[in-house]
Amino acid sequence: MEHLIIAPILIPAFAGMLLLLEVRERQRLRRLTGLLATLALIPVALGLWQQAASGDIGVYQLGDWRAPFGIVLVLDRLSALMVLLTAVLALPALIYGSRGDDRRGANFHALFQLQLMGINGAFLTGDLFNLFVFFEVLLIASYGLALHGRGPARVKGGIHYVVLNLIGSALFLVALGLAYGTTGTLNMADFAVKVSELEGNSLDLARLSGLLMWVVFGLKAALFPLYFWLPATYASATAPVAALFAIMTKVGIYAIARVYGLAFSGGALAGLGRDPLWILALITLGLAAVGVLGARRLGEMVAYLLVMSVGTLVAGLAWSSPAAFGAMLYYLIHSTLVCGGLFLLADLVSRGRGELADRLEAGPSPVGRGVLGALFFAGAIAVVGLPPLSGFIGKVALMQAVPAPVYWLLLLGGGLIALIGLSRAGSTLFWRATGDGEERSLDGPRLAATVALLATTPALAIWGEPVLEACLAVAGQWAQPGLYIDAVLGAGESAL
Amino acid sequence: MEVMLALIIATLVGCGVYLTLRARTFPVILGITLLSYGVNLFVFVSGRLSLNQVPVVGMSENASDPLPQALVLTAIVIGFAMTAFLVVLALRGQGEMKSDHVDGGSDGEDG
Repeated sequence: MEHLIIAPILIPAFAGMLLLLEVRERQRLRRLTGLLATLALIPVALGLWQQAASGDIGVYQLGDWRAPFGIVLVLDRLSALMVLLTAVLALPALIYGSRGDDRRGANFHALFQLQLMGINGAFLTGDLFNLFVFFEVLLIASYGLALHGRGPARVKGGIHYVVLNLIGSALFLVALGLAYGTTGTLNMADFAVKVSELEGNSLDLARLSGLLMWVVFGLKAALFPLYFWLPATYASATAPVAALFAIMTKVGIYAIARVYGLAFSGGALAGLGRDPLWILALITLGLAAVGVLGARRLGEMVAYLLVMSVGTLVAGLAWSSPAAFGAMLYYLIHSTLVCGGLFLLADLVSRGRGELADRLEAGPSPVGRGVLGALFFAGAIAVVGLPPLSGFIGKVALMQAVPAPVYWLLLLGGGLIALIGLSRAGSTLFWRATGDGEERSLDGPRLAATVALLATTPALAIWGEPVLEACLAVAGQWAQPGLYIDAVLGAGESAL
Repeated sequence: MEVMLALIIATLVGCGVYLTLRARTFPVILGITLLSYGVNLFVFVSGRLSLNQVPVVGMSENASDPLPQALVLTAIVIGFAMTAFLVVLALRGQGEMKSDHVDGGSDGEDG
């Protein structure tokens, strides 16, 4: 079973290549291939979680090149959790996309699989340069997906997104050059050991490298002042793509947690960049709440809710106690799935509203007003953090773990502002409707996919205690970088 | 040689940053290309500069480091593909928005 670690990268890679080979007219075959590959990720991710939950850290040395020299994949609890979350989010998004959205442009399914490969790779790799490569894989696929379908708004948002990320990649390379120049290694475990022994000029260069990486990950995570690209790109992307992108900001958060909790965990650079991170997270939280209130389209509003969750999460991360990290992970699972579901819901609402689409103006009633209204109500309660759904549990756990008045104020105040924005949106869309829209019934599978994502929030609330305990176990392992370092370097030595 | 390389990298990155901040897609693409050249050189130099040395430890006095060359090769390939994609995207933007302004808006005085 040791080869299972690489399966979350290989399955989408092979599926993606197969999908590129297939002939143009076989849309059903493509859908089937894509869905089967995505479905297969769920048992694989569950198996990996089972392996990691025991507390062992799995190390997979590619090509049997021993550890600090070759590239390693590392499976600890944190990576296993993120891979599982990706699989759970991807399946409903793909089911939704397979109901017609995939016909609006070429190669939707292939790009979707390659995107999954990049995301899973970024979560599993134990090498800094390899992290860069997987970032590029997921970015290239995401460029294609963000532009899927047509429209000037999409191209405009797309250009901004691509240029910003290219600059981000350039900064990442500079950071990697500095890291390699000072320590002579790019393996995260080995780097952590070497960097804690640095002094003098090398130490300053390593600090510079770390801070540059913060900027890059901050851009990926959409942290203030680098989040302005997100609402335009996400709101103009097609719904299943936007839903999948809900995990993309979390890749940035994961990278901050990994590099900060592991690579820069020891020596003089411990806690590097923590204070600015805390302040920026709080500013993100506050500004995103204003964005929610000012949004003119439902998709844009959900995008700002996503940025708000990023602020909430990064603040919990910057507090950097195991308890805060565990609570943050619970909130991360909740916010990813709920925001994904809300993106799908926004698309369902906009169908049948004709020209108005998801603009927040009174217009024809959306098809299936009762069902969609109830879903919107549940989703809003969850994302704002009112009892009894999972957002409430997540926020309470975070507030208990992070006893800082300014954080409490922003979390609660932001929640209130978001609640006002969402109530206004809901009453405009569902209550002030003028007559019925086009006569069409709701599409079954689309509705099922949306319900599946939104239904995770009561599930997370009902099984709140075991999930929170699992998150705290992940946090406990994350807070002891020594375990990870020993596992990786030990695997290298035992292979000799 | 260190000073010369440092100056070359600084010039490339400086020009790249300036061009990237322009409002038209074409200078932006050129700027990103220059930026990536500068960055690639930077990564290449991170293995220290040495002339006529064997890339195997123990064969010569100062072994040269082969790893940055592998890294920079990867970075060049990725950067090239990204630039090609950006060119196609800019062309499509020109076609769909009838303007090569990065915001798709009407023409200002810059250009």
